[in-house]
Amino acid sequence: MLVYLIRRLLYVVPIALAVSVVCFSLVHIAPGDPLVSILPPDASQALVEQMKKSYGFDRPIPVQFAIWLGKIAQGDLGTSIATSRPVLQEITKAVGNTLMLAFAATLIGFTLGCFFGFVAGYFRDTLVDRIAVTVSILGVSVPHYWLGMVLVICFSVLLPWRPPTGAGPGSSAAWVWDWEHVKYLILPAVTMSVIPMGIVTRTVRALVGDILSQEFVDALRAKGLTDWGVFQHVVKNAAPTALAVMGLQLGYLLGGSILIETVFSWPGTGFLLNAAIFQRDLPLLQGTILVLAMFFVVLNLLVDTVQTAIDPRIRRG
Amino acid sequence: MSGAEALRQGQEAGGPAQPLLQVRALKKHFPIRGGMLGRTVATVNAVDGVAFEVAKGETLGIVGESGCGKSTTARLLIRLIEPDSGEVRFAGQSVGSEIPVAELRHGVQMVFQDSFASLNPRLTIEDSIAFGPRVRGVAEAEAVHKAHDLLRRVGLDPAQFARRYPHELSGGQRQRVNIARALALAPRLLILDEPVSALDKSVEAQVLNLLVDLKQSLGLTYIFVSHDLNVVQYISDRVMVMYLGRVAEIGPVEAIYRDARHPYTRALLSAMPSMDPDRRTQEAPIAGDPPNPINPPSGCLFHTRCPYAEAVCQSTAPALAPVKDRHSAACHMEIAGSGHSKARPAA
Amino acid sequence: MTAIALPALPPTRGYWSAVGRRLLQDKVTVACGIVLLAIILAAIFAPYLGLADPYRGSIIRRLRPIGTPGYLLGTDEQGRDMLARLVYGGRLSLFIGLLPVFNAFVIGTLLGVTAGFVGGRLNAAIMRTIDVFYAFPSVLLAIAISGALGAGVLNSVVSLTIVFVPPIARVAESVTTQVRNLDFVDAARASGAGPITIIRVHILNNVLGPIFVYATSLISVSMILAAGLSFLGLGTKPPEPEWGLMLNTLRTAIYVQPWIAALPGTMIFIVSICFNLMSDGLRSAMDVRR
Repeated sequence: MLVYLIRRLLYVVPIALAVSVVCFSLVHIAPGDPLVSILPPDASQALVEQMKKSYGFDRPIPVQFAIWLGKIAQGDLGTSIATSRPVLQEITKAVGNTLMLAFAATLIGFTLGCFFGFVAGYFRDTLVDRIAVTVSILGVSVPHYWLGMVLVICFSVLLPWRPPTGAGPGSSAAWVWDWEHVKYLILPAVTMSVIPMGIVTRTVRALVGDILSQEFVDALRAKGLTDWGVFQHVVKNAAPTALAVMGLQLGYLLGGSILIETVFSWPGTGFLLNAAIFQRDLPLLQGTILVLAMFFVVLNLLVDTVQTAIDPRIRRG
Repeated sequence: MSGAEALRQGQEAGGPAQPLLQVRALKKHFPIRGGMLGRTVATVNAVDGVAFEVAKGETLGIVGESGCGKSTTARLLIRLIEPDSGEVRFAGQSVGSEIPVAELRHGVQMVFQDSFASLNPRLTIEDSIAFGPRVRGVAEAEAVHKAHDLLRRVGLDPAQFARRYPHELSGGQRQRVNIARALALAPRLLILDEPVSALDKSVEAQVLNLLVDLKQSLGLTYIFVSHDLNVVQYISDRVMVMYLGRVAEIGPVEAIYRDARHPYTRALLSAMPSMDPDRRTQEAPIAGDPPNPINPPSGCLFHTRCPYAEAVCQSTAPALAPVKDRHSAACHMEIAGSGHSKARPAA
Repeated sequence: MTAIALPALPPTRGYWSAVGRRLLQDKVTVACGIVLLAIILAAIFAPYLGLADPYRGSIIRRLRPIGTPGYLLGTDEQGRDMLARLVYGGRLSLFIGLLPVFNAFVIGTLLGVTAGFVGGRLNAAIMRTIDVFYAFPSVLLAIAISGALGAGVLNSVVSLTIVFVPPIARVAESVTTQVRNLDFVDAARASGAGPITIIRVHILNNVLGPIFVYATSLISVSMILAAGLSFLGLGTKPPEPEWGLMLNTLRTAIYVQPWIAALPGTMIFIVSICFNLMSDGLRSAMDVRR
């Protein structure tokens, strides 16, 4: 266990390094000069050179990478070209908001997914099962940004309630867990939960079906175990995989929230990315992607570790 | 005349007395990776200095428990695995230096244990058989014609089987197809790696009889790998017993089955069910499992399970020593002056 | 030695014709196939369908409701015929959704089969590189590359191709490794066949099926992501009809003509779900070896 854990931890180092190489190269695959957006079109050659120097774009690329990496290690993600504020400062608030949204969505998706999955797995090949399967296929096939719009439409047409967008009074700076604010979270979180719900339903249905068809369950029943007892066994056996799927889904949502955040004007990383892309603010883009990817790497590590702790037979990586 | 041409015409130096296959000091070690950085932490000596010869037209049986290296030896002979060291001479010529591996595979073919896994599920039977000749540049029509001939030879009606897929055949039929496929390149030596182990007993007998017939009519030489001592006794002229990657004993089939000299061979034979009460040996059945090949014992590899083990067995590995005419065993009891109490004193 | 007597068997079919037969028996798959075929054919032959000009708008005809005479599906925020724009929009939407998966299928199969067949260090080099891309959630990776490259149809296809190569390569590598270790590959090597011949005759016809099924399961995601990139403004530019972009420009109209605003997304949804169901059908049709 300990050896496995250390190996898994060591494996993170090259991955994290490679991830930062990819993030770093984002600036360099970008066409044109990253300074174009902030320089006046008639900027003199001297001004361009001076700006290049101040952003470090005049050095050889490996040197730029080393400097960049060194700064990151000290928590310096560079300076936003558009706002001239440190990227880290811009990101912190947004990451918190995205995390909040992704957590809420994962929780909803996991709960519903487990419910549908259990019911479907228990009642294989019945009407209930078919409904659950259909729901899960719909969940993974739906363009969630469109679903967000449809939900807004439904509430505004069917109910006299124009669903609000944004993050409530005082925006994200003044978030509190009261109804005044939480109601802003509901629609985006529900919309976002559809994908994890579909995937968790599929996984749990398959797991429960497999476990129930195994011989040891028959043996338990033969020993006189009650349905409740059997249910506990199923939960115990299905939990590690289901939790792992949930963890990974949380990661996907962290990265995939940009579309939902755009639909609902949620002030998270997606919103930030959107701004960074259209203002050609490459340091901001780079920093946001890096932070989200690192979250995902750590999350993967956590999932593996927790899963191994629960079920030592599973050793991934 | 080049080596390749000589092979094709079967008139290499030495004539009939020249062994078809000579194997010297063949070795293959597999590394075991592990630990934090995936370094090689141990090696398995799958084949550890094996040496033997196969005469033209004979059948050499190779027996041993699973994991003794008999299948690895088979794969080394046809170079599906590269040996670490040692020499294989085919028809008097050293493989790799005097004849290329590609030429060797013209003269040597192999039949595998798993009849299903050894046929491509997406190819028809005739395409599978014709593949070898097609690779060697035979025209398609001719290769298919040849495949049909071969199917008839192995007792399958081409009209019924040629266009079928492997999953539509029974295990015995598939193994006949595998034999036909191996024969398609007109080899002189056929390596049969547990060819009947996965078959029912009745089917096994049919396939064995087919093999005997084919050997006579085509003048083939066989190396027959099996863990089944009855089958090996039935089909072999000579038998080689392997234990943990080394040769324990080798000799004519009657000598091995009537007068085995290595305690391991005797233990194997005593575990073999016999119908004849007179043939039952008094030997104690073999005790315990084979030792871990990653951590093999010192000296004689068999000393951990041998009822006659003495100090010398733990310290020195016995060499394969002649017992009688063409019969050798790797046991200190058979080596004069080895220091074992049952060995004859040195001459 | 006589031939073993066998009862006469029905004529044998090849594997693929058996799969085709099973597919045609699957009602859901057939229905989805028909819907997709209709959408694809309509997109291809859009100019011959007698539709309105998808680019010509009119300020006075903006946002007419569904069912308006002459405008079966209403008009958009610039008064352009929605039906025409949805049909024409299928051209670009299907193109940018399907092409990345096709590209990734070719590149991923090439990488995965090479890694699986050669093994050893080359395998490690290819697969560890691919692991790096697994460290990014797919949407984030698509947006990162697309965002850095800038808006454009070509850029969005490139970024989605990069997103889908790693998963396909992984599947290709794992099935190739399985097949490579089967005895018939050894038998082929023993027949004297070279690596290229073995890959062509013995590996590809056993691995392409599973890789293809897996690739089809990605089409749905690719359609959603491609339209999503356009929705963000990273794909094509107005006034080009494309479902994702149309969904974005109609966003302002959701309180005026909500159902029209939702129409382009419905197209994405229908196509995505049909591809998903067809992929499922294909998988189960290929599952049994008869």
